[in-house]
Amino acid sequence: MIHIKDLYKSFGNNHVLNGFNLRLYEGENLVVMGKSGSGKSVMIKCLVGLIQPDKGFISVMGKEIKTLDRETLDVLRSDIGFLFQGSALYDSMTVRENLEFPLRRHKRKMGGNTDPEPLVVEALQNVGLADAIDLMPEELSGGMKRRVALARTLILKPKIILYDEPTSGLDPITAKEIIELMRSIQKKYGTSSLIITHDVDCARVISERMVLLVDGINYVEGTFEELNRSTDPKVEAFFKK
Amino acid sequence: MTLYPPLQFYLYLMNTYSPILSGIKRFFIEIGELSYFARRFFKEVLKPPLEFKELLRQCYHMGNRSLFLVLVTGFIIGLVLTLQSRPTLIEFGAVSWMPNMVGISIVRELGPVITALVCAGRIASGIGAELGSMRVTEQIDAMEVSGTNPFKYLVVTRILATTLMLPILVLLGDAIALYGSALVENIKGHVSFKLYFNQVFDALEYGDLIPATIKSFFFGFAIGLVGCFKGYYSKKGTAGVGVAANTAVVFTSMLLFVIDFIAVFITDIFYDL
Repeated sequence: MIHIKDLYKSFGNNHVLNGFNLRLYEGENLVVMGKSGSGKSVMIKCLVGLIQPDKGFISVMGKEIKTLDRETLDVLRSDIGFLFQGSALYDSMTVRENLEFPLRRHKRKMGGNTDPEPLVVEALQNVGLADAIDLMPEELSGGMKRRVALARTLILKPKIILYDEPTSGLDPITAKEIIELMRSIQKKYGTSSLIITHDVDCARVISERMVLLVDGINYVEGTFEELNRSTDPKVEAFFKK
Repeated sequence: MTLYPPLQFYLYLMNTYSPILSGIKRFFIEIGELSYFARRFFKEVLKPPLEFKELLRQCYHMGNRSLFLVLVTGFIIGLVLTLQSRPTLIEFGAVSWMPNMVGISIVRELGPVITALVCAGRIASGIGAELGSMRVTEQIDAMEVSGTNPFKYLVVTRILATTLMLPILVLLGDAIALYGSALVENIKGHVSFKLYFNQVFDALEYGDLIPATIKSFFFGFAIGLVGCFKGYYSKKGTAGVGVAANTAVVFTSMLLFVIDFIAVFITDIFYDL
């Protein structure tokens, strides 16, 4: 589903990605772990064309990102869900309007239906927040915001979901609920997920495969158990309690 | 080692004036970026989708939010201008020219400039802060990822709204300023409102109203453009939101005076002021 090869990105003298490689397969949950500021978020923003890489190859569902024009990129983006770290709900809109917003541009995803209501309700039911439909984002707790953001991501029925630190800033119980929700969504819709996190508990529960991003490269890959057993000091630093 | 004298002079100049030069350089870079932003606006404005609903919402917000402030400011300007001018005009036996003087000065210059400055403080800072916070909280990125063109939805609608609403606010501000002036004349000079406004409309010509209205469109465009530019490219986290709001007001105010100067200069050619 996603293929990244030799990805480079620098901001001035700060070389964030130095030849990063990654493959995400269909239906897979892949976790990318790394320290804060290691370039995880930069990498997934390159995937959806929010940041232009300096060098490298990125292909999503067989389409090379940098060769796409705006129109084709927008169509491709409707197949990629993106859950932002801070939820990124539009704070001047209600929950309903937040969910309807992506549908304005992608009417074909509504299956010719002009009324977005059933899709909005379905997406909110999936995250257990059907009652919050007319609330404003400021009236929601952190966990509820993350759920609504997830519902907004789901409304276009994406084939791939990119999660940028899905549990950051949440208490352990709410974080666990969000992880469970991510698993149930993956099971229900069969999406492929790329999860960026530095939360080891999240990685343990959700990952089928993991990549450690260290010094701008994919330092090591494997399952959670394999990486947890590693004696490499750079790997151990992530897993020791 | 002794340096070649012209080189010594050059180094002296660079050391002394370097901060000033870099400030000037930054200013011109900013002007260049703003011009590029304006060019993008003109490229996007006619492209579908037109986002008409959002445009109407922005027009309502900008007009409605600034109306009270514009009316209060206009009323006070009318009052003060008349009160301040009265003694001098009485001294020269020209107090009967008060409606002509106030009418022309408000319609031609004071009304548009003061309304624009009030709106620069109210609207440009608001847009700068709103878009800045949307940038910082990744809402603009979320729009981009959802396949919506955030420039079209957020920037084009706001610039159009300020461009369309400012002339309306200016006309309302002018009207209330004239009313304030008429009130003073009615109380102090026992001039009836009817006589006062008859004299104002006798004094005014299309040559006063049309250039002022056209100028107001440009003022509105400048307010929206700078507010959006500062907010859309806001950096450095939440601190950057404050900076965006602040610099939007400063930059817009400067730009308004530059536009005013150019507008008066051009009007002078066509209408022989």
